[in-house]
Order: sequence, then C-alpha cells, then structure tokens
Amino acid sequence: MDRTTAVDRDLTRSAEAERAPLLEVNGIRKAFPGVVALDNVQFRLRAGTVHALMGENGAGKSTLMKIIAGIYAPDQGQVRVKGKALVFKGPLDALNNGIAMIHQELNLMPSMTVAENIWIRREPKTKFGFVDHAQLRRLTQDLLDHLVIDIDPEAEVRNLSIANRQMVEIAKAVSYNSDVLIMDEPTSALTDTEVNHLFRIIRQLQAQGKGIVYITHKMNELFEIADEVSVFRDGKYIDTRKATEVTRDEIIQMMVGREITQMFPKLSVPIGEVVLAVKNLGSHGFFREVSFELRAGEILGLAGLIGSGRSNLAETLFGVVPATTGSISIAGIEVTIDSPARAIRSGMAFLTEDRKETGCFLGLDVLANMSAAVLAKRYVRCGFVQRKAIQKDCGDMSGTLRVKTPGLDEVIQNLSGGNQQKVLIGRWLLTKPNILILDEPTRGIDVGAKAEIHRLMSELAGQGVALLMISSELPEVLGMSDRIMVMHEGRMIGIVDRKDANQVRIMEMASQ
Amino acid sequence: MSASKSTTGEGSETLKRAKRKWPPELSIFMVLIGVSLFFEAIGWYLNGQSFIFNIDRLQIIVLQVAVIGVIAVGATMVIITSGIDLSSGSVVAATAVVSASLAQVSDFPRAVFPHLTDLAPFWPILTGVSVGLVIGLINGLLIALTEIPPFIATLGTMVAARGFAKWFTGAMPVSMLTDSFAWIGSGINPVVIFVVLAIAFQVVLRYTRFGKFTYAIGANRQAAVVSGIAVHRHLVWIYALAGLLSGIAGTVTAARAVSGQAGMGFGYELDAIAAVVIGGTSLSGGIGGVTGTVIGVLILGVMTSGFTFIRLDAYYQEMVKGAIIVAAVVADQYRRRNRR
Repeated sequence: MDRTTAVDRDLTRSAEAERAPLLEVNGIRKAFPGVVALDNVQFRLRAGTVHALMGENGAGKSTLMKIIAGIYAPDQGQVRVKGKALVFKGPLDALNNGIAMIHQELNLMPSMTVAENIWIRREPKTKFGFVDHAQLRRLTQDLLDHLVIDIDPEAEVRNLSIANRQMVEIAKAVSYNSDVLIMDEPTSALTDTEVNHLFRIIRQLQAQGKGIVYITHKMNELFEIADEVSVFRDGKYIDTRKATEVTRDEIIQMMVGREITQMFPKLSVPIGEVVLAVKNLGSHGFFREVSFELRAGEILGLAGLIGSGRSNLAETLFGVVPATTGSISIAGIEVTIDSPARAIRSGMAFLTEDRKETGCFLGLDVLANMSAAVLAKRYVRCGFVQRKAIQKDCGDMSGTLRVKTPGLDEVIQNLSGGNQQKVLIGRWLLTKPNILILDEPTRGIDVGAKAEIHRLMSELAGQGVALLMISSELPEVLGMSDRIMVMHEGRMIGIVDRKDANQVRIMEMASQ
Repeated sequence: MSASKSTTGEGSETLKRAKRKWPPELSIFMVLIGVSLFFEAIGWYLNGQSFIFNIDRLQIIVLQVAVIGVIAVGATMVIITSGIDLSSGSVVAATAVVSASLAQVSDFPRAVFPHLTDLAPFWPILTGVSVGLVIGLINGLLIALTEIPPFIATLGTMVAARGFAKWFTGAMPVSMLTDSFAWIGSGINPVVIFVVLAIAFQVVLRYTRFGKFTYAIGANRQAAVVSGIAVHRHLVWIYALAGLLSGIAGTVTAARAVSGQAGMGFGYELDAIAAVVIGGTSLSGGIGGVTGTVIGVLILGVMTSGFTFIRLDAYYQEMVKGAIIVAAVVADQYRRRNRR
C-alpha cells in the first residue's frame, strides 16, 4: 500500500535537492589542437560552501570553469546544476542558469562607465524602451554601497586602477545574484585590505546559500576562506579534501606531484660594484625624488601599495616614460634614457607587470615572442635573420627555463600564464642584460613555476646581474630581496636591509 | 577601509571633474569654428567678402554634405564596433540605378522597365532602400558567419555592387524620372532626411540597449561575449543598418540628379569614414558618436566650399584636404593621450 502523500513526496524531493550538490561535473574532457586540457575531470560544489580549486598553470582549472560558464563546450562529459543535466549554448545560457564568473583577465569595456559595465545587457528601461540612466546610476550606487565599495558609478573603467577594476568585476558578478559564483584569481591585484573586504563579501554570499568556486595560487587565502579544496594536475582531477583536514605541503605535493623543499631558494651571493645609480629621479604626475643605488649580484625588492608609483618608476628607468627630473647613471656614467631602445643598449631589461597587455605578442609563436628584443642586437646579417641560430638559442633557453610548450612554433596565446611569463623572461635573458627589472614576475603563476623563477633570479644574481624586483607579495619580497625599497604615493619612504625587514615594518612604511 | 575612489593621479578635483564632463565633441566643434573663421579671414583678405555670413553658401554646404552625412551615420555605428564598411559608395550606385529604373516617366521610349513607369515614388524608394538593406545584410552575414575581417568582406561587396550597377544599366544612365520622385532630392529635403536620421541614431546609440551593445562590442569584444551579448547577431544588424542608410543616400542621390548612373557615389565611403574619424570616433572602436560625425561632415563641407571660395586649384584642394584630415585625427589622438 502506498502511504506516501503528495506532501511527503514533495518533502523527499526537496530534501534530495538539498543533498544534491549545487553544481556537479563528471567525465569532462576538453582538447585543443596539440594539448588535452581536461581528461575525465570531475568537480562538485555544495550550496553554502567555498570550494577552492588549485593546480599549476596549465592544470586545467580555468578551462573547466570556462566550460561551466558556457564559454567552451566540453568534448565529453556532463554538467549538472541543482541535479539537472544542462548543455550550455553560450555564456548567456550559463548566466540564465545561475552561474556567474569573475575572469582572471578582466572582462570590462574600458571606454564605458562602471555602471554601464556592470549592467550591460540588463539595463533598466524607461516606458519608451530607452535606457533609464538615472535608474542605472542608482542601481549601481546601491550595489556598490551594499558591498561597501567606494567607486564612482560614472567613472570610466579605463581611468580606474587595476585593483579598482577588479572590484568592479567582483561587483558585476555579485549583481547577477547567481547560485554559483566562480572566482578566477580574484585577488591578483588587490592589497590585503581589499582582500579582506572580498572575503567579507564571500562570507555574506555563503550565508545566503550560494556556492563559490575560488581559484587561487595563494595558499594563505585558501586556508582562510575555503571549506574544501580540489586539486588538478596536468588536466586530471587528483583529489578533494576538507580545508581543515589537509596541510599546505600535502596540497603542493598533489599539485606538483613532487615535494617542493624550499619556497624561496635565496642563495648567498657576493655583491659587486654599483651598476645603476639613480639620483632625485622624478616623472611628473607619477613619482618624485627617488634615489637609490643597485649593485651587481644584488636583488633590490620594491614594495608598496597599488598606486605607489613602483611600476611608473620601472617604466621611467626603462625609458617608456622618460624622466622629467633627476639623473640615471649606468656603471658610473650618466645616461639619458629617453627610449626603451636606449635602455636596452645600456644593458637593461624590463619584464612588464601585465604580460597580456604589454608583454606577449599573443597571436605570434614562442619563437617570435622570445626573439623580439634580441633581434635588434644579434642574429641579423645584412638585414636577414639567421633562423637556425636564433631557433637553437631560443630552444636552449626554453629548455633552461622549462617552458611547457609543444614547440617553438606554438602560438603563445595557447600557453598557460606561467609559461608565457617564462617565455618573456627568456626574451630578456637572451639580451644578456646587466640590469634586470622585474615587475610582479610571479603574478598569477603557480607554486612550481614560481619556485623555478625564484631559483632563476638567484642564479642570475650569482652571475652578477643586478635585479630590481617589484612585488606586491610580501613573503616574496622578504624572501628574495637583499634590500627592500618602499614607496608610497609617488615618494620613496626608505630602504631596509634584509636582516632588519619584516612584514609589519614594510606594511607600515608602505601605508604612511 | 574600502577600495579607493577612482583617480587619474594628481591635479585638482574640480578640474578633473570638469574635464570628465567635457564632451569630446566640444573640441571637434571648436575645430569647425576654427576652420570657418580661417576661411572667413582669408575671404576678407582675398575677396573682400564674408565666407560664413552668406545664406546661399551655407545652404549649399549643408546640401552637399547631406548625402555623405547619411552614409556617415551608418559608418559611425560600424566603426564603433571596430569594424569598417568600404561598400557604401557602391551601394549608393546600385541603389541609385535600381530606384531610378522604377521612377521613370511613361513617355520615354527607352525605359528600363517599360511596364513599370509613372509609379508612385513609394515603389522606387522602397526598392532602392531594400537593395541597400540586402547588401548590408550580405556584409553582416559574411562577417558574422565566416569571421573574415570587415575590411575584406566589404571590399568584396564594394566591387560586386559596383559591377551590379554597371550590369544593370548596361553602362547607360537611367534618366527621365518622375517629378514626384525627384522631389525627394530637391530643395532642403536631403538635409531634413539627414538631420532626422542623425538625431534618431544618436538617440539609439546613447539611450538604448542596442546602442550600449554597439559600444561594448567595440570596446572589448571578448567581454561582450562573456556578458551574454549575442555579438554575431548584433553585427548583422549593424551592417544591415549601414547598408540601409547607404541605400537611402543612394535614393536621394538619384532623386537629386534626376537620374541613376553606375558611376555615382564613387569615393563616398572614404569621405564618410573621414568624417566619422574627424568627428572623434576611434577606428579601434568603443568610442565616438553621431554628434561628432555630424560636425566632421560639416568640417569637410566647409573645407570644400572654402577652397572653392578662395579659388584654390582643384588639385591642390585634394592634397590640402588629405593633410587636414590627418592633422585633425593626430590632434585628437594627442588630446586623448593627454587626458590620461
């Protein structure tokens, strides 16, 4: 006899829905020409939890998230949202089914305002079908107030700092009020204060029963905010563990498949002569009165908050935006650096902050990208490029740096962020610089590649290269630098020796 | 403490706010004033008479630019999406000959369609404009479906449409048109058409969701895709509208000349693009508007009229015109870079 009533059946169904994960993917496979990005991968997100996703660059995390967000279609496999199997025909489908994503590369329209960016496609309309701009501004202001984000809704995104742009992306994703919120490296350009702010927002969403996927390379963030952590490696799913029941080393081991014994392999290196001396350097509107000396074999870390002028200083040293006051001396001789070509001729090299915008030639292959800077000096006879020679040296460099690529003819856009960064470092190393300026060299890069880049930096120092390293990651600054220079709002606050430096002191100097 | 307020760096707050509210069209408008005053000054010096304060001349300027202006409205939208439409001039020709062929008078022995003469102007207008729409649709579908660069797609239709016009007319002009059709191109009518279309599309660009999509696609196409915008469908619309507007321009051209010829509209697309670019719309997309294009169109018109006024050799005219177009864009780039 069937005693179950309609009410009972409803209750059972809703209880099952609660137990069913918010988002579930199974058996996902995705291949691109030349590489299998995902191989039989699974992932489960429960409501009201923050699920961290870790893995080296190229492990497949962003690819899987893009499949979930409807940007890619899987070759095989299934995506289930609240128990229902769905096939997304495009990003709009995913958005309509309650999945929103904050991308690693900011997807904003620079020439449009914050309000227009957040509400694009969902603009409030007046009776006659026109966009209601007053309401648009009000909605945006309400959203920003609710999230306690202090940005002008009418500001054009291109005038915002990268940190603020990231906050706009976050606000936009939250505004979809979706059940699933995917965050891909949401804090790469944020300071600690802003990160805490983001965490407050995440905890709010969590309490509302939303599920959050959090992709990051920063271990400390993971342990602070995540309930569960899943690890991918080389396109394969490794394991899922509760954040409280796993150690940092265990995660690293799952990610890399081998033990990383030392995070910052700083070697003790003899410091030589002064190769770069900067006196009272200033660039109108960006920074002023900066003076320091840089010696061969030394790593000078440059710390400061976003907007402190560090990248501007680097650009001025390298001649991208020539100095308006002060002097630069290379090996004791004063030089006027009025262009990057002049800087390169003087023995400098510059790895920029944003590899996508100012580093990579995305549509060109690894060879073209790696040989870009050195062709001005070598490998050219009577105007013709000596292909064999440059191919050999680029191949060797690629091997030394352990760049993961099917070949030198692979389009660099297909490489992971970490490998793109290595190619760019290779570009500069080929020019055999005496002074290497690195702006956020390990931003958005996984643990394994990070350690390799740090090892490389130490080796270069050992060979007598002078390094200036800009970094927003204090552990990196403290671990790698011989001395640390701190900037704040365009002024140099001071230079601290390695042995006298600690996180608190640096932060104090940076926020004066 | 929360994320900091947006700033561009140092500088007084009020000046920054003023600069932000300073519409970019204002600087282009000042260029227009400047060019006009320049010819005014030269006019007094060389001819002893005013250049600007002459109603007839102003009317002629506005009439001459009205047709290019209509095309430029469509070109503005295309360029905002970071595309380009090279087919406008050929569409004018194709449209002119087709609409003229349906507007012929009956007492003309060599009509193209002997049974379709003395038709009400509605028919030639409808057909002409439809031809423009169809060519625009072909452009849009080519670009959206095959993803070949707009430059190439519209280059193809440019050549094909011109060829169609030549074939259609057998290289003979289509003349003897009805008065009611010719009326469209007479007097102030082309200007009215231009003004109405310019206002309508400026409103669309600034105040509708369709307009915001147009800017978004040009500003960051990937972001537009990811935000759920149907980019392909939108681009088909944009190119179709551009074709439609070129069709209107072609119909007006035929009406004004009271004939349809396969050679009409030659070079119009470049004039239209020049006007759009001078008016402050960026070729890389995401920035600009119809207001700037109208000013750009007027600048071109003032220049052409001014050169005739000071009786500058026609060949010099073209060289100077080219130089001024480049100068206007360089000045705008410079101003844009310094705004940062």
